[in-house]
Amino acid sequence: MTEDEVVAELSSGMTIGIGGWGSRRKPMSLVRAILRSGLQDLHVVSYGGPDVGLLCAAGRVRKITYGFVSLDSIPLEPHFRIARQAGSVEAREFDEGAFYLGLLAAVHRVPFYPSRAGLGSDMLTYNPELKTVTSPYGDGTELVAVPAFDIDVSLVHMNRADAVGNGQFLGPDLYFDDLFAMAAKRTFMSCERVVATEDLLKEGSVHTLKIPRLHTDGVVEAPGGAHFTECPPDYSRDETFQREYAATARDPDAWTRFRTDWLDLASHDAYRARLAEREHKTAEADR
Amino acid sequence: MSDATIDEICLVALAEAFRGDGELLCHPMGPFPVAAGRLARASFEPDLMLTDTIAYAVVGTLPLGATVCHPGAADEGIVVEGYLPFRTVFDQAWSGHRHVVMGASQIDRHGNQNFAAIGDYRKPKAQLLGLRGAPGNVINHTTSYWIPNQARAFVESVDVVSGPGYDRVAALPEGSGRFHEIRRVVTELAAYDFETPDRTIRLRSVHPGVSLDAVLAATPFELAVPEDVPASRLPTAEELHLIRDVIDPIGIRKHEFR
Repeated sequence: MTEDEVVAELSSGMTIGIGGWGSRRKPMSLVRAILRSGLQDLHVVSYGGPDVGLLCAAGRVRKITYGFVSLDSIPLEPHFRIARQAGSVEAREFDEGAFYLGLLAAVHRVPFYPSRAGLGSDMLTYNPELKTVTSPYGDGTELVAVPAFDIDVSLVHMNRADAVGNGQFLGPDLYFDDLFAMAAKRTFMSCERVVATEDLLKEGSVHTLKIPRLHTDGVVEAPGGAHFTECPPDYSRDETFQREYAATARDPDAWTRFRTDWLDLASHDAYRARLAEREHKTAEADR
Repeated sequence: MSDATIDEICLVALAEAFRGDGELLCHPMGPFPVAAGRLARASFEPDLMLTDTIAYAVVGTLPLGATVCHPGAADEGIVVEGYLPFRTVFDQAWSGHRHVVMGASQIDRHGNQNFAAIGDYRKPKAQLLGLRGAPGNVINHTTSYWIPNQARAFVESVDVVSGPGYDRVAALPEGSGRFHEIRRVVTELAAYDFETPDRTIRLRSVHPGVSLDAVLAATPFELAVPEDVPASRLPTAEELHLIRDVIDPIGIRKHEFR
């Protein structure tokens, strides 16, 4: 599939789960495809990074369910920050670990998982929908009932995949991408490279085959698809690019230029060509 | 006379929070707390487990900034003893075998901590880090705080509770809060604990070179002050060597004191 074919499967108002973690292995080429579509009014579920920031800045988000929104090397996602301070998005914030249980409950098709995470904190105060349960085993322990996340479509980015949708991660952490894939009604997976099924184990050990095709509905080959977030061992984060992106939150003109240069492009191929041009210019300037 | 500087004194005071922890996951957040954890293991708590700040548990003392994937200065001698991706870290946290150090933009005398937002949470004046993992960490296992700007962070009441303090936890049904412990708060001026009958904050030691008046001037709430307030201990010669030559040769720790 192409990114645009994936986005054609989405519709406004949907709940979209996005894999990765902060500014790490985010399906950015799919996020950019959403930005060039007419999709509006989305509910995004994410351990958020620039995926959330970009969708907020472009005004595509109604509601965010999140464990945090950060660029890692820049602790506060600046566009998310603006959206929060303007009150322009509905925030449904979970403790990072409680967020994991919301995904897990969806995967296991149970209405909630109990947890201590959130007790005594304002996670409950500002999520009035959240309820607690009392242990039925006579010990009286009160626990937060973390509700299952109801996700229409998940988008994840893997290092490798085969054409039928078996996904492979080769970096230090899968994050929660397998749960995103299993929790959603449908999941689309981009990857750095599509390889033949018989070649998957040449790429990494069997332990890296974490997303079985049972849970994927389409594969997009997107080399550099996580740019500017990191995607080790294929590439690390493009910190220079990320700083430029972050600076657009302080300057509407810079944001307009960023949109023109990097978002109003016809395809991921066009984006890659623009990146190659940029690298060439940087190399020239360094010479 | 020791030539230890204030950053090194604070580092030792924060490392002291781990004393007696034995074999658990020492999981400080941010470079300064990470340095303190590494110092504690290298000097007096050898059984602590520490990560490279990414997903690997490592033995040996890494310098700040070095990770297994990007070894930098520490190419030689990184030995991996375990794999701790985020999902395992949550399981680990809820199992209780973990002690975190987090920051706080605001903290009150009960230990309620805020790094989520300033102002009304629903439309904050300043969006900060968010709740992050604070609610789940604090209610499930031992937590300490590193606060390099006491006068700004110590407040009568916090705008948002990320990590609950003793008063909030005491109000929970019995059993719900039984794993909660705020071990230590260390600032640039002093070290604090909650070893009082009503579990409110108590001055534990004042850093050498800081006066009690300076501590009180940076504390807007009622503070329990023992009759004899000890001075925070000075780093040993071995600890100074570890800090300056092994853990933080380029002085990242000093960035907190600008």
